[in-house]
Formats: sequence, structure tokens, C-alpha cells
Amino acid sequence: MLEIQNLQATVADKPILKGLSLTINAGEIHAIMGPNGAGKSTLGYTLGGRPGYEVTGGTATLDGADLFELEPHERAAAGLFLGFQYPVEIPGVSFVQFLRESANAQRKGRGEAPLSGGEFLKLAKEKAGLLRMDMDMLKRPVNVGFSGGEKKRAEMVQMGILDPKIAILDETDSGLDIDALRICGEGINAIMRKPDKAVLLITHYQRLLDYVKPDFVHVLAGGRIVKSGGPELALELEEHGYEAVAA
Amino acid sequence: MSALPTRKDEAFRYADLAALAALWPLPVQDIRVAAGETGASAVVLDGANDAAQDIAITLGDGAEYDLRLLNAGSAYGRISVKVTLGKGAKFHLGAAQIAGGEQTAEIVTEVVHAEPDAVSSQVVRSVLGGKAAGTYLGRVVVARGAVGTDGEQSIRAMLLDRTATANARPELEIYADDVKCAHGCAVGELDQQSLFYLAQRGLPPAEAKKLMLHAFIAEAFVGAGEEEALTEAALKALDAVL
Repeated sequence: MLEIQNLQATVADKPILKGLSLTINAGEIHAIMGPNGAGKSTLGYTLGGRPGYEVTGGTATLDGADLFELEPHERAAAGLFLGFQYPVEIPGVSFVQFLRESANAQRKGRGEAPLSGGEFLKLAKEKAGLLRMDMDMLKRPVNVGFSGGEKKRAEMVQMGILDPKIAILDETDSGLDIDALRICGEGINAIMRKPDKAVLLITHYQRLLDYVKPDFVHVLAGGRIVKSGGPELALELEEHGYEAVAA
Repeated sequence: MSALPTRKDEAFRYADLAALAALWPLPVQDIRVAAGETGASAVVLDGANDAAQDIAITLGDGAEYDLRLLNAGSAYGRISVKVTLGKGAKFHLGAAQIAGGEQTAEIVTEVVHAEPDAVSSQVVRSVLGGKAAGTYLGRVVVARGAVGTDGEQSIRAMLLDRTATANARPELEIYADDVKCAHGCAVGELDQQSLFYLAQRGLPPAEAKKLMLHAFIAEAFVGAGEEEALTEAALKALDAVL
């Protein structure tokens, strides 16, 4: 589904990704772990197309389509969802309003009929329920006044509504208390653990992986993947640290 | 005020004097609100013709007034307002200016806290594209003895193109102690992080920009009696410059 080959990227002319290769097939959940500054968030932003993250080499395709030929909104329509480590607050714009426009823009891009107001609200309510989030919160301005945990749950609700093929979730577990971590983990499983979908979890800790069991774990260090393994690799990292395991 | 002002007059420094000459002299619209009474009005300049309005509002003790302005559409649009507040009076201004092309838009306010314990708040939002120039000059005067004054100004301008100009000048003139006056003033462009966030969810750039500008401009009309109609008129003007 997602095929990354020898990806190199710079931020403010500084090389961050230095030849990263990774293949994620449909139905798989991958986790990328690694020390601070390894390039984990850069990977997410580069795939999402954030301005300022420049691809200087390598390729990335989603179901054969060259991601780097697409604008950020076209990548979203192609099925790529990026869960933000720090979701942005947008005063005056409600979740419901912008998500309906976003969902319909994506559907239009794929040649599908738009959702009516009623259909959209029904869908939003269902996904909010999955994340135990009150529907009223989605009528509020995007992330404004939300706690860290609420922002992350709202990210997962958006993922549920937009129904992507692949979700790249950047430290979805940071800032969550134990209950919210479980709710988010269960949400990810309910929405994304399907034969035709895939997930790339970017995380520092094993704890999210207790709820969302990865099929593969990779260690990212110095801008490339230095070690790959099964779920046991995450436990090994937790016990011995990145330096010992990735050495 | 019969002679046409010159640029030496601070309140006319950025005015389109040639356009103003055709409209001069401006009749002053005098609004007086008696002690304890409340009033509200809205001025909408969104026609094709140049327009300038000069408004004077005098609030008696404990009186309240809510003024909303929409300055958009014409090649030259100017609204000047002078407000004098009695003891414990309250004044709120919500103003939006939208200009594109070669348009010049300006709003000039002077709010005088003449007596103690009056409250004024002003929210001004400008969106400027093309080679348009938008000006907001906002002066707050706190007279000697006007203790307990609470004056607040929030002034923000958004530039859609590097060729547009925003002049924003908040000004405080305080002759009393024990007053609270705050102002925030910012001229900028749309937040790139927010635009990327919206794009990542699938919104095309033009729609993301529009959504954010709508929210920005709508702040001027929050809580207005005719909030919906004013917001709608502003959004229509906004879409015309996008």
C-alpha cells in the first residue's frame, strides 16, 4: 500500500531523513520508534506534504500513486491521514463545518457523491461515540480550549469520519491519561484494523502498543531505519533503550 | 469642519483626498443616548459608489451603545466615529473592512472616556488584497478624573497579497490614574500551520483560506443584533476580493 524508498528530506536545508525505506502492506500495523531528533515527525510531515519539508531524494507511493506529485489535500483524498502530535487550534471554524467540507472535498476528488448534512451528522455522531466524545464538542471551534487528551481523541474522530486507507499517527499517545490512551487505542483498532487499511504509529513508548498491537516495529535513528522486527522489538527497546538495541 | 482636511491632519493621513473632496463636507450624524438607555446601529458601506460617513455618539451616564461597521465595496470608503462616554457608560464597536483591487478603506475612531467607570471595547478586522489599502486609526482618550476606565482594542489585519497595505494605529491618551487600557494590534497573513492542517484533512487550499478568512471577519459581528445579516454581507464582500 505505502512504499517508501530511499527517502531523503531536509528541513530548513538541514538533512533529516537520510535514505529511509519502508513498505507497509494492506492489513498491517507498523510502529516506528526512535530517540528524539531521529526524524520520526519529519517522516509524517514529509509524507503529508507540509510546507518546509523538502524531499531531496527517493520516492513514496500510495497504491502506486506518487505522493510527491500530489498536493497535501490530494494526498488526503488519495487516502492518507496524518494524526498530528500537536493538533492546531483554529478559532471560529467548527469541527462539524470543516470536516463536512473536507469529507466532501475528498469524495469529490474520488468522484463520489457528497454527503448530505444529515448523513454527515449521523456519521460524525457514530465516530464521536466510538471515541466517547460528546457530539457537542464537535460543534465547537477546532481544538480551541480542548485538553491535550481531547485533542488527540478529536484527531481519532476525524480519522473515523474521513475513513483513510492509511493513517500515520504521530505520537497519538503523548499527553493522554490511562483511560484516554485505552479509548484512543480501541478507536484506532475499530477504525483502522481492517484488511484494506494500514497504520503507521510513531511513538516513543510501548504503552500504546499494548492496545494497538503492531505487526512490525522499526527503529528510526539518524534519519533511517536501523532495525526492524516484530512486536517483541518494542519490548526490547523499552527494557534496554535505543542505544543498546540499535547499536 | 468646512475646509477639506489635508494630510497633515492625522485623522486624514491615509485618506483618498481626491475622492473625499467630491463628498465633502460630510454631515455629522449625531447620536445621543440618554442616561441609562441603550442603543445600537450598524453602518454598511458596500455599494459601488464612494462613501464617507462621520458619526458622533454621546452616551449619558450608564448608557450603552453597540455600533457595527462594515466597510467594503467602493473604491473609497471611510467611516469616522467619535464617541463620548458618560459615567459608567458602555460602548462596543465591531468593525470589518474588506478591500481588494485598488480600493482604499478606512475607519477612524476616537473614544473619549470623559467620566469615571466607563467601558469601551473595539474589535476591528481587515482583509486586504490586491493593491488595496486599509487603515484603522483608533484613539482612546481617558480624561483627567476618569478613574475606573476600562478600554480595550483588538485590531487585526490580514494581507492576502504582498502588494496590499494595512495601516493600523492604536493610540492611548491617558490623563487619569487607576485605569485599565489594553490594545492588541497585528498585521499578518493566514497561519500556515492551520492551512496545512485543513489541507491534510482534504480541503483544497482556496477553500481552506476562505474558511479561515470567514472566521476571522465574523469576529467583528459576534453578538450583534443583526449578526447573521452583517456576517452574510461581509462574507459576500470577502468572496468578491478572493
